[in-house]
Amino acid sequence: MEHTSTLEKALRGTLITLILVFFLFPILWIFLMSFQTNEDILRIPPSPFFTPTLSNYQALITGKLVSTAGTLDIAFMRNLWNSVLLSGVSVAVALVLGVPAAYAFARYKFPLSEDIAFTLLSFRFAPPLLVLLPLTLYYQQIGLTDTYVGLIWVYQLIALPLILWIVRGYFEDISPDIESAYRIAGHSWLKTFARIAVPLAGPGIAAAGLLAFIFCWNNFVFALVLASAEKQPVTVGSLAFVTASGIQYGQIAAAIVLSITPTLAIALWAQRYLVEGLSLGAVKG
Amino acid sequence: MTADVVETVPVPRRRRTRLLPYLLSLPALIVCIGILVPFVTAIYYSLLRYRLNMPMMKGFIWFQNYIGFASDPEFWNTVRVSLLYTALTVGVEVLLGLAIAVLLQRQTRFNNLASVLLLLPLMTAPALAALMWKLMTNPGFGILSYLLQLLGITNFKWASDPSSALFTVVLVDVWVYTPFIMILLLAGLRSLPRQPFEAAALDGVPRRFVFFRITLPMLAPYLMTAALFRLLDSIQQFDIIYSMTQGGPGNTLLVFQVRAYLDFYQYTNVAKSAALLMILWAITYILSNIFVKQHLKLRERARGLA
Repeated sequence: MEHTSTLEKALRGTLITLILVFFLFPILWIFLMSFQTNEDILRIPPSPFFTPTLSNYQALITGKLVSTAGTLDIAFMRNLWNSVLLSGVSVAVALVLGVPAAYAFARYKFPLSEDIAFTLLSFRFAPPLLVLLPLTLYYQQIGLTDTYVGLIWVYQLIALPLILWIVRGYFEDISPDIESAYRIAGHSWLKTFARIAVPLAGPGIAAAGLLAFIFCWNNFVFALVLASAEKQPVTVGSLAFVTASGIQYGQIAAAIVLSITPTLAIALWAQRYLVEGLSLGAVKG
Repeated sequence: MTADVVETVPVPRRRRTRLLPYLLSLPALIVCIGILVPFVTAIYYSLLRYRLNMPMMKGFIWFQNYIGFASDPEFWNTVRVSLLYTALTVGVEVLLGLAIAVLLQRQTRFNNLASVLLLLPLMTAPALAALMWKLMTNPGFGILSYLLQLLGITNFKWASDPSSALFTVVLVDVWVYTPFIMILLLAGLRSLPRQPFEAAALDGVPRRFVFFRITLPMLAPYLMTAALFRLLDSIQQFDIIYSMTQGGPGNTLLVFQVRAYLDFYQYTNVAKSAALLMILWAITYILSNIFVKQHLKLRERARGLA
């Protein structure tokens, strides 16, 4: 890098600036829109200068959309809560089921182990609708349509393979000698797993859990097919909301901002784990 | 694979330990088998004549649905759009992601901050990202439409015009998923061994040569992993296209999953929808197998280089 000339530095700087503008401008613009009244938004030419208002957020939080056509009840906060519940519980279940399984695949060679592990991964290859469409017919028969249980079960399709495969890589990276030593000292298998293996694989488990949470939160098609308004997460809810009150653009913008904030907060906080997790587990694999 | 713990550790309760791996993986497996049932059902449906609104017509017709596709121009349109969408998004995202990763390769405060900020689009749900772009490309008040007008382009209709719809959804896909490739390649670039680069610098090898002959081949496995994951998602794209255009205008963006969704819900043609998805599954399976094979080959070569 000793040869970097001023020209090259300037070129690099310009390129990075352009890239940042392309990727960040849309988020910034929607953020600004969320603090504008409809009049400000519909102004021609558009302008980044306006008197900010919190009315859009207020409307979403209280669930009352006031427009010229009258007052409309919306379930935005309910959608947000559904997202928290569906993603949170799904990831928790996937961790409880996936971490021990990942440990089994990493530590023990048993008949069919590779086949089972591959089968679990192969769910990643199947088009989501291929599973979902027949499932809607089954769910209608067994009464799981539009229930949290039914949705969480399907969300396992996203969370479980991800957690299983990333965490498995981490367990494989830990030397089994430490565990053997602990066991020879007379500790049970369960204690070894809980006190040695899980803490050592901690960063990987955290990274996998967070990635799974983000993917669950961002999911759209599962809930679109299987849930009615009552159980919908924000990804689907916000879309229905556009047609219900198509003219209130500020509130749509505010809804987008509110719905991406939780995953952004978690992602930013966990960024370190994410990069570490990916470079150690999935990629090196 | 690690040593077999069961064999190396003298454990008092041997029998229980031998059962242990099964007990550990069984719950995960049961949950997944529950999901496998609808998968097998879909195969069965695809061999039927089955419309929800005409239950009397239901019957076994073997491969008639599949054979029917061959002479259906609508089907070939779906194949064409899906493959075009996949090729465009994966191609642009890999090139752009690689360029950004190379630009941000050096570990400086600014570069690290930039790479974190660039993850923001990836954290936005694709369905909502599409909604954001829909607002920004609104012909009336959308900022992007306005900026284009400033440049003198007044008749660009983004996703609502057949000629520019594909461009618009590809743009949104690129916006959402390029950071995914970028972060994987950045992690890859930063974990490459230093020796080959130091040796090349000592010998005064030109930088272009270093990039194409050392960096790229060593980065290839990471590139393949990133491209594979994008490929699988891209050919199965639903969120962005559905929430932006619902497959329209006309039939311009009816990719596999969008068409299957509409076949199922609008036309209640369960069998056709299932057959369409089975074909998508087969394409995905073949593509991922090719990629995995290439990936293994490239990894061997990269290890030889290191």
